[in-house]
Amino acid sequence: MGKFSNRYIGIYPILLVVLVITTLISIKFGAITITFEDIYAALTKVYRSRDQLNLTERIFLDIRLPRALTCIVVGASLAMSGVLMQALFRNPIVEPGLIGTSSGAALGASLYFVLGATFKIHAGVWTLPIAACAGGALSTLIVFFLSRNKIGGNRSVVGLLLTGIAINALFLSGVGFLSYIARDPQARSITFWNLGTLSGANWYSVIIIGTSSCLCMLWALRYTKHLNALMMGEEEALFLGVNIKRLQLTIIAINVILVAIATAFVGVISFVGLIVPHLLRLTRGSDNRFLLLGSALLGGILLSLADLAARLLLMPAELPIGIVTSIVGVPVFIILLRKNNYYF
Amino acid sequence: MIKVECITVRAGQKVLLDNISTVFEPGKMNLIIGPNGAGKSTLVKVMSGQLKPASGNVFYDGKELRGLSDEQLSRMRAVLSQNIDLAFPLNVLELVMMGRYPHFIGKPGPHDEQATEEAMRFFDVWEMADRNYMTLSGGEKQRVHFARVLSQIWFPVAGQPRYLMLDEPMTFLDIHYQFQFMHKLTDLLKDPELVVIGVVHDLNLAARFGDTILLLNRGTVLAGGNKEMVLTKENILKAFQLEPFIHQNEKTRSLNLFFE
Repeated sequence: MGKFSNRYIGIYPILLVVLVITTLISIKFGAITITFEDIYAALTKVYRSRDQLNLTERIFLDIRLPRALTCIVVGASLAMSGVLMQALFRNPIVEPGLIGTSSGAALGASLYFVLGATFKIHAGVWTLPIAACAGGALSTLIVFFLSRNKIGGNRSVVGLLLTGIAINALFLSGVGFLSYIARDPQARSITFWNLGTLSGANWYSVIIIGTSSCLCMLWALRYTKHLNALMMGEEEALFLGVNIKRLQLTIIAINVILVAIATAFVGVISFVGLIVPHLLRLTRGSDNRFLLLGSALLGGILLSLADLAARLLLMPAELPIGIVTSIVGVPVFIILLRKNNYYF
Repeated sequence: MIKVECITVRAGQKVLLDNISTVFEPGKMNLIIGPNGAGKSTLVKVMSGQLKPASGNVFYDGKELRGLSDEQLSRMRAVLSQNIDLAFPLNVLELVMMGRYPHFIGKPGPHDEQATEEAMRFFDVWEMADRNYMTLSGGEKQRVHFARVLSQIWFPVAGQPRYLMLDEPMTFLDIHYQFQFMHKLTDLLKDPELVVIGVVHDLNLAARFGDTILLLNRGTVLAGGNKEMVLTKENILKAFQLEPFIHQNEKTRSLNLFFE
């Protein structure tokens, strides 16, 4: 008895401790090194006016801390979305960047950047996240329905990836067109979007991405059991009482919100959603409840490390974080492809 | 009891099941036999609720299948299908626990852990609980799925029949486990409220264990009833285009078919 539930418990505290340590390291190092005394001093003065703080304390409170927290929530969002996508498509090499969600969100965001100013469309602080969500939802649904086999209703990996490539190309060329017609500052921000960057992180992005990732996690936790059943295929899941259509639409909706809101603020960051669930599967197994909670923590850890690398490698200049995750992620993707014998 | 009434299933122009009506009684080993393409699996799919027929009705003890939700069905009806492949590595205990999914929200309770353990011991797979499912042999995988499917309807509910549907369950089993599995099913049938319906290929296995046998051919019922009525020379010849020698032992009532 109890054999079942104790299997996964032990790993959460370890991940949590590692997350705190990496976050502290990520805060400490950068163009200016912040000591732990500075951090403590700044934390005691949180509620004071910014004028009373010295430069290091202000860098900590207004730049480093929101950036570190954004890293955590973005990493969690992308990694959880990887878990959900992989479970939904029943395939370990699926990733939000590969099946169009990110590029759709990028197109939605670019449309807002270019046209929003021109046509004076502005619905408050939520305009950008909503535009990104709409784009992400559109591209994901297109890939989801086009990759469906007409006869069996199953998705082949090849069909899925090829459809993803086509839709990605379409949406990214849309982004390219927008940056071509855009004025210079707009074009520059679109370019940054495509590469992914956390340099724009602030408290506003922490709060919005944090809220969306927490709500989506709670929402998705209700469906981890259904997603586990889906591992055996749609038929078997049906026999276990799972309403497949409703499950698919719900999971896609959760995904789109997770990825699009993160993408709206930090741009396209690929491969986090691929690597994190894979690493967790190596440690304990594939139970989706464990993968979802574990990914939220490990995603934050890995993205904090990637961000640290992005800031330190070319100091004082900064590398877009999407480049760092791609450099690490592509080899992992190829190893996964070879290991699972998906030959093309 | 499962009652099938005038079921017709079409795939394009092809008629898979043609106006089939039959009844499967509880407490009996109901076996379905027939040549390839006769519609055996299709009938199981219709009865399990996976496939909607073009016309006709299925009744679970008087209740129309259409009126039952997926959740309601999943708490009283378990189905073992052919060829299940797992998308991700999982340990055996977790896989068997999936059978309990219809019965809990969130985390499994002691009741669910008890059901899985008992079902796993029943099929001698408890020792494999911590092994990775992917590393099991075909026969071991099959037995794990027996345990999973059975754990889904492990506990009898008063006044509520349980239904077990098996689509070619013996595919990966050697003769030892085939007999062992059929004996275990026979044991389970001591519960008079359990309805077991199984598709089998081996006619001798059907003759040995089937209380009632349904012989399908080209989407219609060729014969149904006890083995002496169904496994006749004429029926077998008509369905399989092979003439059998039927050996009947009067004392043990056993019946064997031989082909040359």
